[in-house]
Amino acid sequence: MRLALALGVAAAFVVCACSGSSTGVDRPLAGDVTVFAGSSLTDAFKKAGDELGKANPDARFTFNFGSSSTLATQITNGAPADVFASADDANMQKVLDAKLTDGIPQTFASNRLQIAVAPGNPKKIAGLADLARPDVVLVLAAPTVPAGRYALEALSRSGVTAKPVSQEVDVRAVLNKVSLGEADAGVVYVTDVKASGNRVTGVDIPDRYQVVVLYPIAVVKNSKNTTLAHRYVDYLTSPAGQQVLAEFGFSKP
Amino acid sequence: MSSERPPVPFVVLAAIGVAFVVMPLVGLLSRAPWQTAVGDLGTPEAATALRLSIVVSLAATALALGLGVPLAWVYARVAFPGRDIVRALTTLPMILPPVVGGVALLFAFGRRGLFGPALDAIGIRLPFTTAGAILAATFVAMPFLVLTVEAGLRSMDRRYEDAARTLGAGRWLVFRRVTLPLIAPSVFAGAVLCWARALGEFGATITFAGNLPGTTQTLPLAVYIALETRPEVAIMLSLVLLAVALAILVVMRDRFLRAL
Repeated sequence: MRLALALGVAAAFVVCACSGSSTGVDRPLAGDVTVFAGSSLTDAFKKAGDELGKANPDARFTFNFGSSSTLATQITNGAPADVFASADDANMQKVLDAKLTDGIPQTFASNRLQIAVAPGNPKKIAGLADLARPDVVLVLAAPTVPAGRYALEALSRSGVTAKPVSQEVDVRAVLNKVSLGEADAGVVYVTDVKASGNRVTGVDIPDRYQVVVLYPIAVVKNSKNTTLAHRYVDYLTSPAGQQVLAEFGFSKP
Repeated sequence: MSSERPPVPFVVLAAIGVAFVVMPLVGLLSRAPWQTAVGDLGTPEAATALRLSIVVSLAATALALGLGVPLAWVYARVAFPGRDIVRALTTLPMILPPVVGGVALLFAFGRRGLFGPALDAIGIRLPFTTAGAILAATFVAMPFLVLTVEAGLRSMDRRYEDAARTLGAGRWLVFRRVTLPLIAPSVFAGAVLCWARALGEFGATITFAGNLPGTTQTLPLAVYIALETRPEVAIMLSLVLLAVALAILVVMRDRFLRAL
C-alpha cells in the first residue's frame, strides 16, 4: 500500500516533469488524435503522422482532409476534431470566433500558387493570361474555398478575367480534373503539383501576382487527447516537422 | 385492420427508430431562417440552382422515359440469353455509390475516356456541361423507372393485348393503345421516382459534370457549397428539397404509405 502510494507520487512527478517540457525528448504518448486539415496538406500531414507514430507507437493519427471552409464549418458544428490546420486565416478565425481553439493558432507553413497543366504542357500555357484563352478549359476551386479565393486574387492582380468551367470543392479536386485530362489548366498550390508526381506539370506564377498563403494550426478545444494533439502541433513547428513539410514543397512561414 | 399489443422492447426500439429519422428533419427545421426565407431563396445563387435543377431533373426524366420504357418492355416480354445479367447491369447505378458512377462516367465519356475522343470528334463535350449533369442524373435515376415499369408490365392483364392482336392490331398499335394506357400508373410512378432521384443527385454530378453556377450547380451542389458561407441559404434550399420529397410521398401514398 505504502509502496503503491510512493510509486503513484513518483509517477505524478514524472508526468509533471514531462508536461513541463513542451519540447525536447518526450515520453511516448498513446491514444487517438483526429486531425482536420486543408486538402493541400494531405500528403505532408500523413507523413508527419507516420514519423510521429514511430516515436509514439501507441499513438494513432487519423485525418479528415477537405476544404478548410468545410472543415471549419464541421468543427463549429461540433465535429470531434483534435487539431485543425487551415489554408487561410479566415477559416481559422471562424473556429477562433466560436472559442473552439485551445491556445493561440500558430502559423507553421506557407505556400505558393502554381498553374497545373497536362504533362509536357501541350496547350503551351505560359502564365495566368493564357487561362483566359477560349481553347483552354480552366478549373478553379470554388470561391468559398481558400485555393479558389487565392486563385481569383492572383487572376485579378494580373488583370486577367478567366472563366472556369467548374468550381471544385477543394484544391485536390482541381488537381484531379487536370490530371484526369478533363481540364487543361487549374490554379493549385506548388505543393499539389509536387504531390502529383508527373501526372501534371506546373507553370510558375511570377511573384508580382502571387498571394500570401499561410497555414495556421491549432489544437481544438475539448479535444479528448489534448496532450497528443499538442504533440502533433509541436512536431510540425519543430525542425523535424519543418523538414517533412519542406520535403513536400511547403516553405517556412 | 387488426391491431395487437406490441412487446415492450419493440415499442422502445420502434420509438428510437422514429426519432432517429425524424430528429435530423426537426434539426433542419429548427435552424430555418423563416424571417428571411423569401429573401434567401431569392438570392441569385439559390434562384439559379433552383432553375437549373428543374431543367436537369426534368430532362433526365424525359431521357429515362424515352430509353427506359422500351427497355422495361424488352425485359418483361423478350426472353433473350443473359437477360438477368443485363438487367442486373442496368440496375447497378441504383445501388452503386454515386461518386463511383461519376468516375465511371468520366472514364467512359470524359475527354480522355473510352468514348470521349469519338464524342469530341462529332463536337460533343459532356464534362462541365449541363448535358453532362443531365447524363449523370439519368445514369443514377433511370433504374428506378425501368424497374417500376417492368413490374407494371409483368402484373398487367395480357388478355387485353391478345384480344387487340386477334382483332388485327399491329404490335406498335397494341403497345400505344392497349399496353401503355394499362401501365400508365406504373409509368407515372416510375417517372416520379426517377425525377426525385435525379433532383437529389450529387455525387455523380460533381464528379462528372463539375460545379458551376448556372451550368452544372444543381440544388444539392448549391446546398453543399452554400453551407460554408451562407448556411441560411443552404438550409432554405434543403427545405425546398424536403418539401418536394414530402409532396412526392403524398402523391405516391398508395405505393409507400400502405404496405407494398
